[in-house]
Amino acid sequence: MESPTVLVALIIGLPLLGFLINGISGLFWQSFRSKKSFIGTIANFAVFIPFLITVYLFLNFNAEAGAIHAKLFTWIDTGGLTVDIAYQIDQLSLIMALVVTGVGSLIHLYSIGYMSHDPGFWKFFAYLNLFIFAMLNLILADNLLLLFLGWEGVGLCSYLLIGFWYTDMLKSDAAKKAFLYNRVGDFAFLVAIFMIFEAVGSLNFDVILANLDAFTGDAVFWIAFLMFIGATGKSAQIPLFVWLPDAMAGPTSVSALIHAATMVTSGIYLITRMSPMYVLSPEVMMIVAVIGALTAIVAATIAITQYDIKGVLAYSTVSQLGFMFLALGAGAYTAALFHVITHAFFKACLFLGSGSVIHTMEHVEHKLHDKGKDVHFDPQDIRNMGGLRKYMPSTYKTFLIATIAIAGIPPLAGFFSKDEILMHTMNMGFGEFAGAMYFLLWGVATVTAFLTAFYMFRLTLTTFHGSFKLPKKVKGAENAEQYLHESPSTMTIPLWTLAGLSVVGGFIGIPNFIAKTFGGEGTINWLASWISPIAADIPLTLSIPAEWALMIFATLVAVAGVYTAFKMYGNDNQEVSDAKISSRFGGLYQVWKEKYNLDELYEGTVVHPTVRFSDRVLAVFDLKVIDGFVNAVAGIVRLAGSLLRYIQTGVTSNYAFFLILGVILVLSLLLF
Amino acid sequence: MEFLLNLTIYFPLLGVLAFLFLKGDNAVKWTSLVVTSITFLLSLPLLFNFDVAGSATPQFVTEGSPILSGLDIKYLVGLDGLSLLLFMLTTLFGPIVILASWNSVKKSLVGYYSMLLILQTASLGVFASLDLVVFYVFFELSLIPMYFLIGIWGGSDKVRATIKFFIYTLVGSLIMLVALIYLGYNAGAATGVYQFTADWRFISSPEYTIGLVEQTWLFLAFALAFCIKVPLFPFHTWLPYAHTEAPTAGSVVLAAIMLKLGTYGLIRVCMTAFPNAFMEFAPWMATLAVIGIIYGALVAMVQKDVKKLVAYSSVSHLGFVVLGIFAFNTIAVQGAIIQMINHGLSTGALFLIVGMIYDRRHTRMIADFGGIAKKMPVFAVMFMIATLASIGLPGLNGFIGEFFILNGSFFSELYANKAYAVIAALGVILAAVYMLWMYQRVMFGPITNKENEKLIDLNGREIGLLVPLVIFMVWIGIRPVDFTKYSEEWVDTYITLSEEKSITVIENTSKEDIPNWTARFYNIDENQSEYRLAHQGK
Repeated sequence: MESPTVLVALIIGLPLLGFLINGISGLFWQSFRSKKSFIGTIANFAVFIPFLITVYLFLNFNAEAGAIHAKLFTWIDTGGLTVDIAYQIDQLSLIMALVVTGVGSLIHLYSIGYMSHDPGFWKFFAYLNLFIFAMLNLILADNLLLLFLGWEGVGLCSYLLIGFWYTDMLKSDAAKKAFLYNRVGDFAFLVAIFMIFEAVGSLNFDVILANLDAFTGDAVFWIAFLMFIGATGKSAQIPLFVWLPDAMAGPTSVSALIHAATMVTSGIYLITRMSPMYVLSPEVMMIVAVIGALTAIVAATIAITQYDIKGVLAYSTVSQLGFMFLALGAGAYTAALFHVITHAFFKACLFLGSGSVIHTMEHVEHKLHDKGKDVHFDPQDIRNMGGLRKYMPSTYKTFLIATIAIAGIPPLAGFFSKDEILMHTMNMGFGEFAGAMYFLLWGVATVTAFLTAFYMFRLTLTTFHGSFKLPKKVKGAENAEQYLHESPSTMTIPLWTLAGLSVVGGFIGIPNFIAKTFGGEGTINWLASWISPIAADIPLTLSIPAEWALMIFATLVAVAGVYTAFKMYGNDNQEVSDAKISSRFGGLYQVWKEKYNLDELYEGTVVHPTVRFSDRVLAVFDLKVIDGFVNAVAGIVRLAGSLLRYIQTGVTSNYAFFLILGVILVLSLLLF
Repeated sequence: MEFLLNLTIYFPLLGVLAFLFLKGDNAVKWTSLVVTSITFLLSLPLLFNFDVAGSATPQFVTEGSPILSGLDIKYLVGLDGLSLLLFMLTTLFGPIVILASWNSVKKSLVGYYSMLLILQTASLGVFASLDLVVFYVFFELSLIPMYFLIGIWGGSDKVRATIKFFIYTLVGSLIMLVALIYLGYNAGAATGVYQFTADWRFISSPEYTIGLVEQTWLFLAFALAFCIKVPLFPFHTWLPYAHTEAPTAGSVVLAAIMLKLGTYGLIRVCMTAFPNAFMEFAPWMATLAVIGIIYGALVAMVQKDVKKLVAYSSVSHLGFVVLGIFAFNTIAVQGAIIQMINHGLSTGALFLIVGMIYDRRHTRMIADFGGIAKKMPVFAVMFMIATLASIGLPGLNGFIGEFFILNGSFFSELYANKAYAVIAALGVILAAVYMLWMYQRVMFGPITNKENEKLIDLNGREIGLLVPLVIFMVWIGIRPVDFTKYSEEWVDTYITLSEEKSITVIENTSKEDIPNWTARFYNIDENQSEYRLAHQGK
């Protein structure tokens, strides 16, 4: 094998090896399960070494020579369908692999501390490595089918990790829900794959994208649309997003890795990869943009009303993913990818920070139990928190940095990526197709940006500022603050690293117009130039002053959101302020709080009717009608037999009678 | 090699003979295990020496002389691309079902293991026989041991289940026998040498064609027998009964091997001998298949008995196989063949797993379980892998089969309608629903039933018999080429042959010679040259 092939095989193979070592040893040897430092080391290196290799490949990547293809072996070869287990290293897959293995390494490190008391430590790390393996297959695959393998593979790992504490039925419900909603999307994806194969006879990205003229207009529409449906499952968009908030039942480091930084961005990756096809169908692009913007605002409004620290972050993730889809729909593939990267940094940081908080709150609960106090409270409820900044300075500072980043305050990472999305949406408003719609979407996105800044600061202020509420709220928890503590360094190192990235991450995509204004070359946007061979971006046509105006306006919106949040939640008065919003918005607030009743809607219109129909109609039909018919046939035969037996009497005279009758009949026939 | 093939088929009977001289339960069990293991080992050289490029021609052929002059009914066995993998699957399952019965069967062991061994020979015989009369004899022979396995070693309602299973399949078989006799005389006349021939090599060859009217009736008769065996919706109601009442080994053989006799027959006989009828009936069969996929899944979803659930899931899975067969292109038929193997592996494993939990708890009701994963981690993992294989997770075997079948059906010219594949693909969602829901209720949550506290995890024997199945699930999932290569040439060849044959038949038919309904059904116009042009153009 050539050296790149070996390296790619290592990137893919090491996480798999880690999974096998920890998984098989842990399953069969009881004593292995307690060797936590060994397990943790294996699992961490299984991700960290691939990260180093990816960095090496990234630094040595020659854009002019094009993508590196690494074929391991032939997977499928039948009837003209040939698919290899083969990987493609190019600008897009490298960026994604850096995020996945980089953020993945940090979260693996964090998990050593976070999961240290869990008896399923070995299993957790085995699953986590399996996830990295599946995710790398998804992003490095050079064909759609291998991508699909990774796509469902990450879904499996998500299922296993959400239901990690499976003795809790609610958690295993959440796991099942995640898998099934994803399956609905996967069904659409699968049909898209069939259509592609029918049109070009190959599932290889290079072949598909080189033969776009082999598709009819209708085919392009349907393929793009169905793939997008697939993406709404994996990337939690309307109508399939409801699984993601429930997915928070998993350990927090899983929420950070899978349900914020990596897996849920697969849909964005897929559409970016297929972007040359998407730009051929403005109709689908508009659908994508509308769904994205709608998801963004729907999730943001729900986030305002939540009390669960992870719940707020979950809806925030859905909302930010909505922003990314808006970007995709606006032909801003680079901006979408940019937001994937910055979001991975700040959202992973936020989730890990929330994990650190939950860790400490659980510690408080355990300590109180040790003291013989029968105290039960929800360690994730922000109404029990407050004032934590005194006790957990590192967690607080990193959480705050990430919050500023997601709120879109310059010059932190989220500002640049979100601004670019807004700008491209506005730009599409001047385009030929459905311009007015894009203006509207820009408005929706701007409102959402305001809400984002608002609810994120509501969360941060309520959690870390003010006074610690638990002792007042819960009986028996007096003086509980003495048990609050900062998390160990295996947890704070990843926090600080991610916070650092949340500060500087935006600099890879500073808009070119800033350079142009000051007479520069106009190519300071490193990410845009790097990714341009892959992403079929629709170019910006706005004038430089217009771009400045938009950027300043976006900043003002974010600042307004932060200001409002400080005014309402800065003085330790979360409950009063929540009530104020509730009375201001009335019924609307109820709708937000009840999450638009989507779960109930799906349960009521699809799930229950199907189960009831199957149970009361089909199962009965099977027994009574189909099997009843079979039994009826048997019954008729039996009846005929029981009638005929009267002829078979065994009495000789009867037989003689019938014999004579027969003879007479035959003779009469012969004679007449 | 020819001798080895025969030895493999009949070797299990040697065990039955040995039982005459054996005393003691252990001797019977060990003899059965050794005999089936040797059978498996004996079959391996067949696999290794199989000529992949020539898989369209039967290999290792033993050909007897006709039993009566004029009647070309003869002992004729051999393996080709279609039968090889199913033959290997059967030998693989031999030792597995013996091990699965090890501690769970306690009454009249000699009888029980004799039945399993005879069943093994009968199943191997069906897949290897190339003379349709011999095929029929083995096909029927396989019913008898299964009849006793369910009827004697079965559950509480075993007699009813046995009778339903036996008579239902027998009705189909007898109709097939009538058709077989007609076919034999018809083919015999075509040879010009014999009065009667049942040599599949001749019947499937391009020299022999059958008129449209005869094809229609023959197809229907054969297809009915095979569809009952599959079982295709709406002929499936014997299956849940038989499965729930059968002992574990019986269910495993039934699911893994015997149901395949139906789908195997559809390809072996219906596709190659009656191509016109096959092609015209394809949309109808596909409709039943698709109904079966969805219907089987929905009914499976609401079952309260784990074994019944798996039985209904078989109806759904075999719907996929039938859909693939009638899609009549290489990808789909290849998918159908590999899916037969897959279903054998994953459903076989699921029945084994249900059996293991039944041995411990003597119940199969989902409601009696819950939280078992905590007590039986190894069991949980095995069960999970089999579940995932069954719901078609990429990377495991089930996906490969389903993907081939759906993809091939999607652009099948016979179906000429995307709806078949699209609706069938919904079955993939439903499969996840009923399997994961069942898995959750059995394995997850807190332990609510005290009985389950006492459960102990799998022992070495149980792990040992599941591990080979798991290995093949993963192997087929990531390197299906190692398996599909055996049938590739066969499928290609016979699809082309059958298609050409159907054109020949149409070209030689004129409207006047056939009844009106036939002409309408097969779209026969006055002018056959148009048909020819249309088909050559593509």
